[in-house]
Amino acid sequence: MFEFDYVKAKSLSEAAALLAANPEAKLLAGGMTLIPTLKQRLAQPSHLVDVGGLPELRGIEMKNGRLAVGAAMQHHEVATSAVVGKAIPALAYLAGHIGDPQVRNRGTLGGAVANNDPVADYPAAVLALDATVVTARREIAAADFFQGMFATALAEGEIIVRLLFPVPRRAAYEKFPHPASGYAMTGVFIAETAAGVRVAVTGAGPGVFRWSDAESALAKNLNPAALDGLAVDPNDLNEDIHATREYRANLVKVMAQRAVQKLLATQ
Amino acid sequence: MTKIELTVNGTKHSREVEDRTLLVDFLREPLGLTGTHVGCDTSQCGCCTVHVNGRAIKSCTLLAVQAGGAEVVTIEGMSKDGKLHPVQQAFTDCHGLQCGFCTPGMIMAVAALLKDNPHPSDAEIYHGLEGNLCRCTGYINIVKAVKRSAETMK
Repeated sequence: MFEFDYVKAKSLSEAAALLAANPEAKLLAGGMTLIPTLKQRLAQPSHLVDVGGLPELRGIEMKNGRLAVGAAMQHHEVATSAVVGKAIPALAYLAGHIGDPQVRNRGTLGGAVANNDPVADYPAAVLALDATVVTARREIAAADFFQGMFATALAEGEIIVRLLFPVPRRAAYEKFPHPASGYAMTGVFIAETAAGVRVAVTGAGPGVFRWSDAESALAKNLNPAALDGLAVDPNDLNEDIHATREYRANLVKVMAQRAVQKLLATQ
Repeated sequence: MTKIELTVNGTKHSREVEDRTLLVDFLREPLGLTGTHVGCDTSQCGCCTVHVNGRAIKSCTLLAVQAGGAEVVTIEGMSKDGKLHPVQQAFTDCHGLQCGFCTPGMIMAVAALLKDNPHPSDAEIYHGLEGNLCRCTGYINIVKAVKRSAETMK
């Protein structure tokens, strides 16, 4: 690692001031992506501003009918929260299947969303549930937030405070993890809401996306068979040593069908 | 440099560390606690697993300064009064190791798993140990050791 100065922020405003004063500073929460990146010398921040323990970024509660989860809540905390388990069990399931236990004990919701890794799990839930990203400055709708591979609507120095998840009637997440890394080769989050069915896909493409053909088909017939005749265009998907585009296109359909099956089995 | 105070295996330490020092290097070098191993150094293998405030974490992916004020437990802190921790005893009894390099991390991960879930099913054991790799592939006896630990810790 290159040298940096570590600062444990005492408040959200102090963290924002440190970022504003030091253009090369980076936020640190769980560090599950940032620290490996630093170890490989792929980044050289002047400061690490630790917001992991900030009370403003902590907590899980129901707020005006929406589930509010603090940005610094760790995956383990979301996975085992009774409030999350009651409101959106599929979100708890997703959080409990990120990485491995040690990673879930450190990694945070805000960090995962801000990083917007194309193979991360959380973006699928955020987009399918039409969640709102609340920063220290404004509220950003999920549809505007994710802007492709590692890109988001966040401005320089903008800090995610919490996410607000509308509570769906039912939801389910299914992923095909890479057997070594555990990252989603493809993950599909399906939410059945009063406004219709939303299907979000992570891992397969350059960024999380909605599969609108599947949404229309499932709105008419909420059944795995409704997706039988559908296919995503492989040309829009990623190809690498792990899988071809065509393989990933097939995974999208299979994971979506499994997610529908699972959704139907939930009360 | 930053001055940190933390408790490791019940002993308070106060040290100046470089901000970029990883917790595992802090444990192994100034404190001499070499039971915590570095296997991959890329957050994959779990050899460096220790407990920070009661939760299992990979100490190769945490800065020592982030552990300031924390209670850290390493493999050296598991036995009490000359008696092995039940998980250590179970790994011994079930031969839950071959070369032994992954064992300290495995034991720390298993102890944490059993704290959350005292009677895990096979599937729950596999899920709970996903962050730990045994390059000798001695998983059959590792799983046996987890079950034995659960039995003896009843």
